[in-house]
Amino acid sequence: MHAASPGRMSPEVTRTPSASAMWLRAISMTSTALMMASCNEGVLDPHGPVGKAEKVILYDATAIMLAVIIPVIVLTLVFAWWFRAKNSQARYRPDWEYSGRIEMIIWSIPALIILFLGGIAWTGSHDLDPPVPLTDSTAPLDIEVISLDWRWLFIYPHEGIASLNRLVVPAGVPLRFRLTATTVMNSFFVPQLGTQIYTMPNMVTRLNLKADQPGTFEGLSAQFSGDGFSDMRFDLVSTEAEAFKDWVNTTKAQGGVLDAGTFEELEKPAKADGAQTYAQVSEGLFDKISSGHMAAGSPQRGR
Amino acid sequence: MFGRLSWAAIPFDQPVVMIASGTVGFVIFCVLALVTVKGWWPYLWREWITSVDHKRIGVMYIGLALLMLVRGFSDAMLMRSQLALAAGHAQGYLPPEHYDQIFSAHGTIMIFFVAMPFVIGLMNFVLPLQLGVRDVAFPVLNSIGFWLSAAGVLLVNVSLVVGEFARTGWLAYPPLSEVAYSPGVGVDYYLWSLQISGLGTLLSGINLTTTILKLRAPGMGYRQMPIFCWTALASNLLIVAAFPILTATFAMLLLDRYCGFHFFTNDLGGNPMMYVNLIWCWGHPEVYILILPAFGVFSEVVATFSGKPLFGRRSMVMATMGICVLSFMVWLHHFFTMGAGADVNAIFGILSMVIAIPTGVKIFNWLFTMYGGRIRFTVPIYWALGFMVTFAIGGMTGVLHAIPPADFVLHNSLFLIAHFHNVIIGGVVFGVMAGITYWFPKAFGFTLNERLGKAVFWCWFFGFYLAFMPLYVLGLMGATRRMQHYSNMHWQPLMLVALGGAVLILLGIALTGVQLAVSIRQRERNRDATGDPWNGRTLEWSTPSPPPAWNFSHLPPVGRADAFWAMKQQRGTAQDRDVKQTYETIHIPRNNPTGFFLAFFAVLLGFSLIWRIWWGAGLGLLGAIVVCLMQAWRTDGEIEVPAEKVAAYDRLHGPQEGVA
Repeated sequence: MHAASPGRMSPEVTRTPSASAMWLRAISMTSTALMMASCNEGVLDPHGPVGKAEKVILYDATAIMLAVIIPVIVLTLVFAWWFRAKNSQARYRPDWEYSGRIEMIIWSIPALIILFLGGIAWTGSHDLDPPVPLTDSTAPLDIEVISLDWRWLFIYPHEGIASLNRLVVPAGVPLRFRLTATTVMNSFFVPQLGTQIYTMPNMVTRLNLKADQPGTFEGLSAQFSGDGFSDMRFDLVSTEAEAFKDWVNTTKAQGGVLDAGTFEELEKPAKADGAQTYAQVSEGLFDKISSGHMAAGSPQRGR
Repeated sequence: MFGRLSWAAIPFDQPVVMIASGTVGFVIFCVLALVTVKGWWPYLWREWITSVDHKRIGVMYIGLALLMLVRGFSDAMLMRSQLALAAGHAQGYLPPEHYDQIFSAHGTIMIFFVAMPFVIGLMNFVLPLQLGVRDVAFPVLNSIGFWLSAAGVLLVNVSLVVGEFARTGWLAYPPLSEVAYSPGVGVDYYLWSLQISGLGTLLSGINLTTTILKLRAPGMGYRQMPIFCWTALASNLLIVAAFPILTATFAMLLLDRYCGFHFFTNDLGGNPMMYVNLIWCWGHPEVYILILPAFGVFSEVVATFSGKPLFGRRSMVMATMGICVLSFMVWLHHFFTMGAGADVNAIFGILSMVIAIPTGVKIFNWLFTMYGGRIRFTVPIYWALGFMVTFAIGGMTGVLHAIPPADFVLHNSLFLIAHFHNVIIGGVVFGVMAGITYWFPKAFGFTLNERLGKAVFWCWFFGFYLAFMPLYVLGLMGATRRMQHYSNMHWQPLMLVALGGAVLILLGIALTGVQLAVSIRQRERNRDATGDPWNGRTLEWSTPSPPPAWNFSHLPPVGRADAFWAMKQQRGTAQDRDVKQTYETIHIPRNNPTGFFLAFFAVLLGFSLIWRIWWGAGLGLLGAIVVCLMQAWRTDGEIEVPAEKVAAYDRLHGPQEGVA
C-alpha cells in the first residue's frame, strides 16, 4: 500500500538562479511532494468505512474553517500594507476604536462556524463511537488485542488461535475488537482503517473497524510505551474470505500453544521482530489478563 | 552514605553527553572565573542576586529562559537530526534509551523552563509599570519565586551529567512512570525539579494576581487597566487555580514511587487514568497561562504601532476572561481515544471548539485595530503580523483535533506535534519576541538593532513553516510522535526538510545573540532619551528608560485607558507645569537574600531526595525552614529614598510626563 514515493526531491540545479527563485522552487517542489505523499498512504488513503468517514469529516471541517481563515490571513496582510505609515492615501483615524456593527459580526462569524462544526462533532462522535458495532449484514469477527512490552498479541477467540505481531483478517467482514494491555499504555492504530484506541492495563476498550479490500496495512502503537516503542509495528493483512479460512486452518495445523506458561514468556520485554502463530489458546486468557489475574508481579525493566 | 549515588551515575561511556556537558562545564567555569577576576561578585550580589526590584527579577527570568531555550533547542536539533537519519534499517546515532530522555527533556524544558519564565518575566517587568505602581505586592516573594524556578532549572540540567532524565515523555504518564517500569532516577529528577519550580510559579502567580487586584495607580479601575494587565490577570488566576493540581498530582506519583502507595499503579486499586485526567486539568489551563500574556503583548504592540487605541477593548476583555474560564472545561480533549463514550467526547469536543470563538474575536480585533491606523513596520509589528497569519492556521488544526472522530486518526501523530508547535511557536514565542523587542528599551535604555531583529524574525518565521508543515503531512501519512526510527523510506525527504527548518530557527537563535551584542555596542546611537521610543500609550512609557528603582516619582493619576496617550494629548494645554513640584520620601523594599538561600537548600533537598541521600534531604529541609524563619523575623524590610534624592533624579532625567 505504499505507493508513489515522493522521492523526486533532488534539485536538478543546472544554473544558479537568484535566491528568491530558489526559494520559490524549493517551496513548490516541497509542497507538490507533500501532497503526492500524503494522499497515497496513511489516514488520507482509507480502506475501510470508519477511515473513510473520518476522512470526510477532516475535509469538511477544514473546508468550513478555510472559508474564514483564508480571508482573515488575506485581510491581515492587506490592512497592514494599506495602512502603512508611508501610504498617504490611507485615512488615519486615530480615535476609532469601536463599532457595534463590526463587533456583532466578529462575534457571529466564529460562533456560526463553531455551530456548524459542533454539529459535525456531535453526530460524528456518536456515529463513529469506537464501541458501536458497524451496521453490516455480515456477522462480525471477534478479535482480542493485547499490547505487550513491546509486541502485539492477537487472539481469535472463536477460532481458538492466536497470532503475534501479525493481524490477518477477512476483507469485507466487520472486525470487533476488545483490547487490553499487560503493563503500560499503548494505542492500537491502523491508520488506513481509521480510529485508534488506547490499550490500558486492567481495562478493556472496544473498537469496531472493517477493511474493504484485501491488502496489507501497517499498524502501530501510537502511545509511547518505552524503549521498544518504535518497533511496535505490525502488519494487518486483509485477505479474501477463503484465504482467511485457509490461514486459520494452516495456523491450526502449525501447532503452538498459548497458555499461562507461554504467555509468561511473552510478557518479558522484547522487541517486536518476527510474527508467530499459536494453534491453541487457553480458554478465557484475555479476560484473565484484562482483569489483572495474570500479573505475576511487574517485570522490572533494566535501566 | 550517598544513597544510590556512585561514580556509575556519570555516563563516562557516552561521548556525546560527556563532550556536551564538558563544554557547558568549561563555559560555566570561565564565566565564574571572569566574574571573580574582575571582582564583579559584590555587584552581582547587590544588584541582581539579592535584588527584589520587579524589573531586575523580570530581566533575570528572561535571561534564564533564553539560556534554557538554547538547551531545549539543542535537544530539538538532536531529535530532528536523529529522525533525518533513522529511516529504513538505519537506527540513527541515538539509541532509544538516550533518545527517550531527549524528547522528554525537550518538552519539559521548553514548557516549564523556557515558555513559563519568558511570560512570567515579561509580566514581572511590565505589570507594575503599566499599573503605575512602585513594585509588586510581595517583592521578597517575587524573588523567592524566581530563585525556586532557577533551582528547578539547575536540577534538570544536573540530570544531564549525574544520572539520567525521565524516559517517559514530558508528562510522565503512569504506569510507565511508576517504579515498576521506570526504576531509575530519571522520573525523580523530573518530579522534584518540577515540584520546586512549580512552587515558585505558584508564588509568582499569587503575587502578580494580588498586584493587579490590589495595587493600581490612583483612578485606574478595571475599565482603565491596560489590556496586557487584563491578560496577565487571567493568566495568573489560571496559575493560582491550576498549579496546585499539578503539585498534588506529582505528590501522589511521588508517594507511589517513594512510599509504595498505589494512586496510579496497575495493582491494588491504583488508577493510571486518574493521573491522565489530573495532569490535563493542569495541562490545558497551562497552555492558556502561556498564550494569554502573548495575546496581551500583541494587543499592546498592534495598538501602539498602528497609532490607535485597541479596537473593541470590551470584547477583548470579555474574550480573555471567557478563555480563562473555558480553559478549565476542556481537558478531556487530550484523550478522546481513551474510550470515554460518545456523549462525553462530543461535549468536551464542542466545549474545546467554543474557545475558538473568543480567540477568533481577538484576531478580528487586532485586524480592526490596524484598520484606519498608521502602521510603523518595526520589529514587534513583524512578529505580530507573523503571529496573526501563523496562529490562524494553528487554531484551525487545533479545532480539527477538537472533533473527536477526526482526533481518532490525528491523536499522538506528528500532525499533533505540528499543531502545538504551530500555536506555541507562532503564538507564545512570537509574542515573547515581540514583547522583548518592545520593552527592551524600557529595561536597558536603548533599542535593539532593527535590521538584525527583522533577520531574526524571518529565520523563525520561515524556519517554523519549513520545520512543521512537513510534520503535518507526515502525521497524515501515519507517522507517530516519539518514534526513534521508522521503516518508511519515503518519510525521509520530509524529515530532511524539517531538519532544514530547524537549522533555520537555529540561525535565528544565533542571530538573537548577535543582535544583542551589536545593540550593546551601538547603545549610544540607539539611546532612548525620552523614555518613550515608540510613541507608546500606556504608563510604562511615562517613566525614564530605564526607570528608577521606585518607578514613579509621583504616582500618575489615571482617567481612562491608554492613560499616557491621554496625558500626551493634554500636555501643554490646561496643565500648569509648575503645579506639582513637591517631592515625598519614597519607601522601596530592601535587598533580600532569602530567595537565593532558599533555592540553595531546595536544590540540596531535591538532589538528596532524587538519590535517596536521606541526611542530605534532612539538611536541605532544615536549612529551608531556618531561612524561612529568619525571613519571618526580619523587620528591616524597606529603605527610604529621601525626597531630595527623588527630586535630584527628576531634575537629571527631566520631569516625568503627565505629572509635570
